[in-house]
Amino acid sequence: MEEKLKSVMVIGGGIAGIQASLDLAERGIKVEMIEKNACIGGRMAQLDKTFPTNDCSICILAPKLAECFRHPNITLHTLSEVKSLSGQVGNFNVKILKRARYVKEAQCINCGLCIEKCPMRIDDEFDMRLRKRRAIYIDYVQGVPSIMTIDRENCLFFTKNACRICEKVCEREAIDFDQKDEEINLNVGSIILATGYDIFDPHSIESLGYGRYPNVVTALEFERLICASGPFGGHLKRPSDKYEPKKLAFINCVGSRDIKNNPYCSSCCCMYTTKEAMIAYEHDNKIKTSIFYIDLRAAGKGFREYIQRGENEYAITYIKGKVAKILEDDQKNPLIIYEDINTSHVKQLKFDLVILATSMVPKKDALSLAKILGIEIDDYNFFKANSYQPQKSSKEGVFLCGTCREPMDIPNSVIDASGAAAKAAEVIMRV
Amino acid sequence: MSDDDIRIGVFICHCGTNIGGVLDISELTEYAKTLPNVVYSDANLYTCSEVGLSEIRNNIKDNNLNRVIVASCSPRTHEPLFRSTCQEAGLNPYLFEMVNIRDQDSWVHMKEPKKGTEKAKDLIRMGVYKASLLEPLEKMQVGIIPSAIVIGGGIAGMNSALNLANQGFNVSLIEKESELGGLLRYLNKLYPTNEDASNILETRNLVENHKKIDVYKSAVIEKIEGYVGNYKVVICQNKKTIEIEAGAIIVATGAIPLSPEGYYDYNGKTIISQLELEDILKKNELTANNITMIQCVGCRNEERKYCSNICCMTALKNAILIKEQNPDANVNIIFRDIQTQGVTYEAYYRIAREKGILFIKYVPEKPPVIKKDQIEVYNEFLNQVIGFPFDLVVLSMPLIANKDSEHLAKMLKVPLEENNFFLEAHVKLRPVDFATDGVFVCGSAHWPADISESISQSNAAASRASTILSKEMLEVEGSTAEVNSELCVGCEACIKMCPYSAIYKDEDTDIVVVNKVVCKGCGVCGASCPQNAITIHHFTSDQLIAEIVTYGGGE
Repeated sequence: MEEKLKSVMVIGGGIAGIQASLDLAERGIKVEMIEKNACIGGRMAQLDKTFPTNDCSICILAPKLAECFRHPNITLHTLSEVKSLSGQVGNFNVKILKRARYVKEAQCINCGLCIEKCPMRIDDEFDMRLRKRRAIYIDYVQGVPSIMTIDRENCLFFTKNACRICEKVCEREAIDFDQKDEEINLNVGSIILATGYDIFDPHSIESLGYGRYPNVVTALEFERLICASGPFGGHLKRPSDKYEPKKLAFINCVGSRDIKNNPYCSSCCCMYTTKEAMIAYEHDNKIKTSIFYIDLRAAGKGFREYIQRGENEYAITYIKGKVAKILEDDQKNPLIIYEDINTSHVKQLKFDLVILATSMVPKKDALSLAKILGIEIDDYNFFKANSYQPQKSSKEGVFLCGTCREPMDIPNSVIDASGAAAKAAEVIMRV
Repeated sequence: MSDDDIRIGVFICHCGTNIGGVLDISELTEYAKTLPNVVYSDANLYTCSEVGLSEIRNNIKDNNLNRVIVASCSPRTHEPLFRSTCQEAGLNPYLFEMVNIRDQDSWVHMKEPKKGTEKAKDLIRMGVYKASLLEPLEKMQVGIIPSAIVIGGGIAGMNSALNLANQGFNVSLIEKESELGGLLRYLNKLYPTNEDASNILETRNLVENHKKIDVYKSAVIEKIEGYVGNYKVVICQNKKTIEIEAGAIIVATGAIPLSPEGYYDYNGKTIISQLELEDILKKNELTANNITMIQCVGCRNEERKYCSNICCMTALKNAILIKEQNPDANVNIIFRDIQTQGVTYEAYYRIAREKGILFIKYVPEKPPVIKKDQIEVYNEFLNQVIGFPFDLVVLSMPLIANKDSEHLAKMLKVPLEENNFFLEAHVKLRPVDFATDGVFVCGSAHWPADISESISQSNAAASRASTILSKEMLEVEGSTAEVNSELCVGCEACIKMCPYSAIYKDEDTDIVVVNKVVCKGCGVCGASCPQNAITIHHFTSDQLIAEIVTYGGGE
């Protein structure tokens, strides 16, 4: 049909980047997909379930990962980052740095022998540091591409010039310590940014005790705690004593709608705290949950009804008000101090486990990426979007989708991603 | 093919330690060799690796295999790969059968490996008995008409049409009113930048002047026929009947504001709707000085449980505009929860508070009361009723589904949700698709959406449509349902059950027919047929019964 079409670069391999890539690839446009991590999947892969259908997250994501990997129009560059950009819409030259994996992609078959033998124990970032991984590892069981990576920061060979056990046990001779970082130059017609978000670090709000009290965790840690593939194999236990908690509290807007931290609203916390409380109840129907909130934001399709179901069927109590402080008793039970708006009295409630709905924040490297690409950012380092064509960045031919431009939930990220694909296709077909 | 000619190869996968660490693979390999028609059996560390795949290809040739079984993970992720491997070696892909000994066996029976191995034997035997009865099937090719029909000429429909036209596709835009623009025509300014709505409305000119877009105004849809790639829509315009063909359809029919009649003593003068305020502000005719807005009128109640998504931002916008014109005006917003998600909308809420707009939360049990010269509301923070004098009360009414949605949904054979908004294929991952291939939705037809959300969704719907329109041919699933016309009694049970609207009744013969292009082979019809008149190819009764019988120890 159309000959010699320019390709599109999609930066970021989370659900937004995946959707944008698949749409373009199906549209007949070639895609260069750039992912910083060793596997695609992004945040959605870390979630246990998704609202408002309570679908298992990885179960609905995994087929898309496989599709992305197998699609003849998609070239996947993992462990890769953009280093420079020149040219203009229709003819961008992008320099990519692809870090060495130290594992031959074509040889590794993910048999897992190397993992068993690797002597290192490192905090597992995918599991929110709730368990250990090895120095040779795969991000998560269903990760794509389904091959190992050696973490050179922690591998004994790179740190102490020792070990090399993985090399000895690998029957496929897939380990290659001589691999070097590579520079790749790509020419594309348009660029889509789908770099996602980071989680606000609640250590800085000292009054909530995160980091000091073991039974105060973040919502993303809770997703891993309750997930079947998480550190406790799907049995909800609290970190301090592995006791199965019965009284949960969620605190919304931690680091959000807060002028000392992030004045903006993170968009999906009202919904996901309700979801997490529902899943907890499904694990153990003796669990009772309180959710502390400022406004309950549930404007999406079926969302208001979801909150009502939470109240009526899942033993969730919604308490309006911002929590002043968390203390801890001698059994390490968190105590929440808050103002009861009905009586204006300060009250104290004891819980087994407290979950902080920490806000979405821009990626640490958002600012430097914006500088490389020459696009504008907003007051908080989210990429600045056009108000009435929200997938357009400030630069022609560079499009935005998902949480890199503003906090949003999965359906909106998917809409954004397809939207960005349409805008990129418009550019490609015009040139 | 007689039984003697059937030559089955069984490939058993270790899947690293996933299966091999639990089940006894060599025992399974030997066991498979004892089963009828099995002429080859071997194990791989990873059958899906290139080594494993070439082994399948080589054995199809060397051992004349005409059935291939892989006992490994899940067909959901790996069946396409193994099928295409068979095809590469010249074997019809439907002569491949997958046995799931990982997700449904080694993973669940991790702590009982012996029993797990016995279960795997059962599963493999069942696969072998089914494989002997497999039939080659062909995938059908369907041509695609490379143009789209967009229903609805509001901002969502216009923007979808424009994007597709700019991508090079012909588009027919159908609007029931005499001009394009939808609800956008009635708006004054747009949040969050207070841009003139008329600037965005200029999209109309781009659409009307685009050489790839045909606009049909004052047009009524009379009939929709066809399936993905080949839709035919009959419209009536100025008493003329026009037939339009297209490969994909985008539904962008919008929503309508609920009428304020009957709510809070609405009188159209001192008690008006937010949309009427919009008009007053547009004409610069606002004289009131004490203005109170009430949110969630006619929604988030028993009759209409939902939150209409756009009313908080609309109220904030108009309140800010009033304050900017007249900083001395007293503007109050009586609300339940302020819905200003995200960065820019929350910032807008902050601006509103900085401008001195007063926000008072109310509870649904004690809604505000409009008295002769003041409006009273109970506030739970203060635990008391507070009153404000007013000369204008503004009611924020929700968007409700279009009255003709039901009719359109029936013609398109797509579902509506309980509030009569269109229901997408999957709320999480397919937000603008319908389960029916080739039909998409965007804007307030799907759920109340503001201008910027409608534009995002309309871009998305255009992208999804383009994935179909850009192809010359569409390949459809070979494993579909077929009706035995001699057995069918025309009871229509299957028509009611089919989630893809793939079955229809032939008016002349009174029996049902399956449209193979639309059918996905899910099997619901076959299970619901009281006459056993429906065969699902690749899952025929013979094949399934053979599996069950051998499981029970029969021959």
